[in-house]
Amino acid sequence: MSVPRTRDHPLTPHELAAVVARDIPAGSYVNLGIGQPTLVSDHLGPADHVTLHTENGMLGMGGLAHGEDVDPDLTNAGKAPVLETRGCSYFHHADSFAMMRGGHLDCCVLGAFQVDREGNLANWHTGEPDAIPAVGGAMDLATGARQTFVMMGLMARDGRPKLVERCTMPLTGVACVSRVYTDLAVFEIADGRFTVRETFGIGFDELVGRVDVALAPAA
Amino acid sequence: MLEIADSAAAAVAPVHDGACVMIGGFGVAGQPVELIDALIAQGASGLTVVSNNAGNGDVGLAELIRLGRVRKMICSYPRQADSWHFDRKYRAGQIELEVVPQGNLAERIRAAGAGIGAFFTPTGYGTPLAEGKEVRELDGRHQVLEHALHADFSLTRAHRADRAGNLVYRKTARNFGPVMAAAAGHSIVQVAELVERGGIDPEVVVTPGIYVDTVVRIASPGQQDPPAGGAA
Repeated sequence: MSVPRTRDHPLTPHELAAVVARDIPAGSYVNLGIGQPTLVSDHLGPADHVTLHTENGMLGMGGLAHGEDVDPDLTNAGKAPVLETRGCSYFHHADSFAMMRGGHLDCCVLGAFQVDREGNLANWHTGEPDAIPAVGGAMDLATGARQTFVMMGLMARDGRPKLVERCTMPLTGVACVSRVYTDLAVFEIADGRFTVRETFGIGFDELVGRVDVALAPAA
Repeated sequence: MLEIADSAAAAVAPVHDGACVMIGGFGVAGQPVELIDALIAQGASGLTVVSNNAGNGDVGLAELIRLGRVRKMICSYPRQADSWHFDRKYRAGQIELEVVPQGNLAERIRAAGAGIGAFFTPTGYGTPLAEGKEVRELDGRHQVLEHALHADFSLTRAHRADRAGNLVYRKTARNFGPVMAAAAGHSIVQVAELVERGGIDPEVVVTPGIYVDTVVRIASPGQQDPPAGGAA
């Protein structure tokens, strides 16, 4: 069994965003989290037929607005000015989260501090005593979207892998993550284990040596 | 009976010490800047404020917090690049904080306006924000009991009102406006335009006038500079 090594180098966030975008089926309603996941929208065009949801009350969100197109009444979840797309719609916050919680969003892509083999996600609070807790819509998205994908660097700034046996940071959601996109590999999570779908600039055996969790090659 | 106030100061005059006040807006979008400024001038203190964020920069809610007038914040995302006044008060132990997942916050507010005492939701299950709360397994999922969130007053911004109190909003500035207006005992709304009855197509009314107590027209709402960054 061999895991396809689809690139000869680790991916930049933009290259990884293109990989994520390619996996989103046409017709999907998608929420892209703040940070790296936002880059995915740069790789989605009208021909992809993907409708972006933003939790502050819009379906059919367009790209970032600049110059004269900036309207303070039209922003994304990161509070940056954005554009409309043809056929977009607005709704209030309770409706916005109802469509999320109600299972109407096909997927969301979120950043993470830690993901474990049960698909538990930690991405809102480091747990450090002086940190001010701030959750935003992360828990609602992780729990509500039909599929939750994570997009992140495989290693944290301190060099420790962010794929873990069991999350040690406060959880955002329980058993919610089914796929993790990183600069070095794409992992599927099912039945309590990580399966490696493809690698970028690294062999499977070397990847196994970088993390402290069991990895299975894709069948 | 709808009150059309002459000024933002008159609109917020009834807010009393110790009141729970909902403040609409998601960052700058939908923030009732003039109503908050009037509340700062009005002087009510010991307030509990329900709002998505805990103030940006040195104006509006951030200024209200700096002045020590807010006893407790209930919000989803207090920490931002420019939330320094909240951060300082919080670290000094001078302000209480209840962090609520954003969708739970919106639904708790909606429930209050809809006469629902509490509800079960999957959001937050297994996390620190569900600690101490009742959990049931419903429809095959663990769900957490969350209670309605009522307020004495709401301060929100809409785009246009008619003299029946019907409201329409602009783009993502709608955000918490409709649910907060319904959840508050006394809802106060600033609008850019005030039109006669019939001046809004009934088919497009977003907030029916029954939820609105006071309307004040602020001809050209001030806009703060959009923050440089930050998160939800």
